Amino acid sequence: MDKALLSTRNLHRSFGGVHAVKDVSFHVPTGAIKAVIGPNGAGKTTLFNLIAGTLTPHQGQVIFRGQPITGHKPHAVAALGIARTFQTTKLFPHMTVLENVMMGRHTRTRSGFLAGMFNAPWTWREQRQTEAKARAILEELGLTAHTNETACNLPFGRQRLVEFARALATEPSLLLLDEPAAGLNIYETQQLSQLILKIRDTGITCLVVEHDMSLVMNISDEVVVLDQGHKIAEGPPAAIQRNPEVIRVYLGDEHA
Amino acid sequence: MRLRIYYPVLATAVLIVLLHLALAYADATYYMTQITMSAYYALVVIGLCLLMGYAGQASLGHAGFFAIGGYTAAVLTTYNLRPYADAPFVSLCRALGLTMQWKDLYGTDILSFTPWAAFGSALLLTGLIALVIGASVIRLKGHYLAMATLGFGLIVYRIALGTPVLGRADGISNVPPFHLLGSLQVNGRAPFRIQNYYLAWVVVLIAMVLALNLVHSRVGRALRSIHENEEAAHSLGVNTYRYKLAVFVLSAIFAAMGGALLTHYSGSIGPAEATVMKSVRYVAIVAVGGMANLWGAMVMGILLNFLSLRGVFGSFDDTVFGAILIMMMIFAPQGLLRVPRLRALGSLVSRRSHA
Ligand SMILES: Nc1ncnc2c1ncn2[C@@H]1O[C@H](COP(=O)(O)OP(=O)(O)OP(=O)(O)O)[C@@H](O)[C@H]1O
Ligand SMILES: [Mg+2]
Repeated sequence: MDKALLSTRNLHRSFGGVHAVKDVSFHVPTGAIKAVIGPNGAGKTTLFNLIAGTLTPHQGQVIFRGQPITGHKPHAVAALGIARTFQTTKLFPHMTVLENVMMGRHTRTRSGFLAGMFNAPWTWREQRQTEAKARAILEELGLTAHTNETACNLPFGRQRLVEFARALATEPSLLLLDEPAAGLNIYETQQLSQLILKIRDTGITCLVVEHDMSLVMNISDEVVVLDQGHKIAEGPPAAIQRNPEVIRVYLGDEHA
Repeated sequence: MRLRIYYPVLATAVLIVLLHLALAYADATYYMTQITMSAYYALVVIGLCLLMGYAGQASLGHAGFFAIGGYTAAVLTTYNLRPYADAPFVSLCRALGLTMQWKDLYGTDILSFTPWAAFGSALLLTGLIALVIGASVIRLKGHYLAMATLGFGLIVYRIALGTPVLGRADGISNVPPFHLLGSLQVNGRAPFRIQNYYLAWVVVLIAMVLALNLVHSRVGRALRSIHENEEAAHSLGVNTYRYKLAVFVLSAIFAAMGGALLTHYSGSIGPAEATVMKSVRYVAIVAVGGMANLWGAMVMGILLNFLSLRGVFGSFDDTVFGAILIMMMIFAPQGLLRVPRLRALGSLVSRRSHA
């Protein structure tokens, strides 16, 4: 197997009596697109939150580039090169599209409170670079026309794309995408799969939670299936499609 | 261009001179006294605008920080160290030039700390207290943060009211003027009126420039992002706890600066400065100024405090500010500039650039 960029070991998290994620171990190989699928409430978003540091696991470990990052706070995880998008888009609604994407440069820039207050000359260059980088990414994703629009005024599909642009602006080595196709039409979904493939080709490893089966089967190199917090299957998409356990979970017992 | 953000500063500077000329022409230079005082109150509002308007963290305790700044300056410059003149610490301070000898109104010889030493201590002490308080409450969200800071404000008020060295209900008077440089001094007596009018404005404009620089910087963008969506900001690498704490401390230091300077200007400070109604007033002013709008906050800070000091609101003073706050929360909780019809106006007035 390829060298794993990210691994989880026996990850566990419960809410009250609900075991949202239970004993989940898997690897994400460097440079791959790995999908996480599972019915509603399977624990996919919780798994992402555990990796990104939004939630702390009750047991188990998250390992990134061979180092444990379990329990790191989200900002520390981001600084290591893990970026994410959210199941329900979380833009900065009253900031412009450009400012949203510029926020993606936060971990790649330095100027602090004092430098900011005294407008230190070296911060100007940093600011210009931040802006140039953000504009370049907007152009790449075809969002240039929206540069100065207020984020909340964009149509839903565009907002998704801006969130993507913002995550890419961090220059991540691992990108976590939580249901990127939710709410998109067929045309937009196709564009999205092209985009994810393109991102992967630039060397960014992707971990994608997705409900859209055709998207998952088309783009992913490997699939993990969760059900009620458990990992019930893992493998290449073709094998997952034939896996009786997966079919049972998705289609009901009589099909198994 | 970033220089664009300074144009209103220049325009304001011109207006300040014109206002002086107009007041001189109308033979009404006595208004300058209240304008000067309002300018020092505006410092609190500018700091609170960073905290509340930009970073989205409410505080009902800023009168407390103002009072800590003011009382520290007052105590250190009035407390007579003469009986302890030979104590090691006092001797050391004397050797370092941190103390001064002067006579108060009654001709008593006083050995006290210099206003500069007191000013530095006031800012440092306030910053430390804000750090300790902030470290424990800044994680709280919305109403909970407002209530925790309200509690802090109440404690400061009760301490001011109950501590003998702080003068209890009478507060501290006979605070000496603050000699800055040469003949330049923070002094409320009539001969110094014009000098102090300009001095206060210079302080306010410097505070504005620092605050404007900050909001247009990487940190300013991060602070706004926390306001807009804290979880997203955190996931992009913003250390939200640190940023919120830092801006909390910064705004407290702005408040302390206003408190210390006003105390030297008026020559006194009393517990009225530490009341919760004062904190409510500062919040109301930031709200009516447009929340994330430094210029709105500054202009409203000076205007409303000036009207209040002139006694325009009579005995309804607190009522007026309470009512302003209620109206703002009902009709424009995000600040006036988020009301669609006023938005166009806002984009003319505010200089929040797109980058
Ligand atoms: N913060 C929380 N507090 C309490 N329970 C939670 C919390 N987050 C998730 N859960 C529970 O954990 C389980 C897994 O939720 P999770 O959101 O991870 O599922 P999911 O696979 O992302 O589902 P979906 O496909 O609907 O997005 C659910 O039963 C959910 O109710
Ligand atoms: Mg989910």
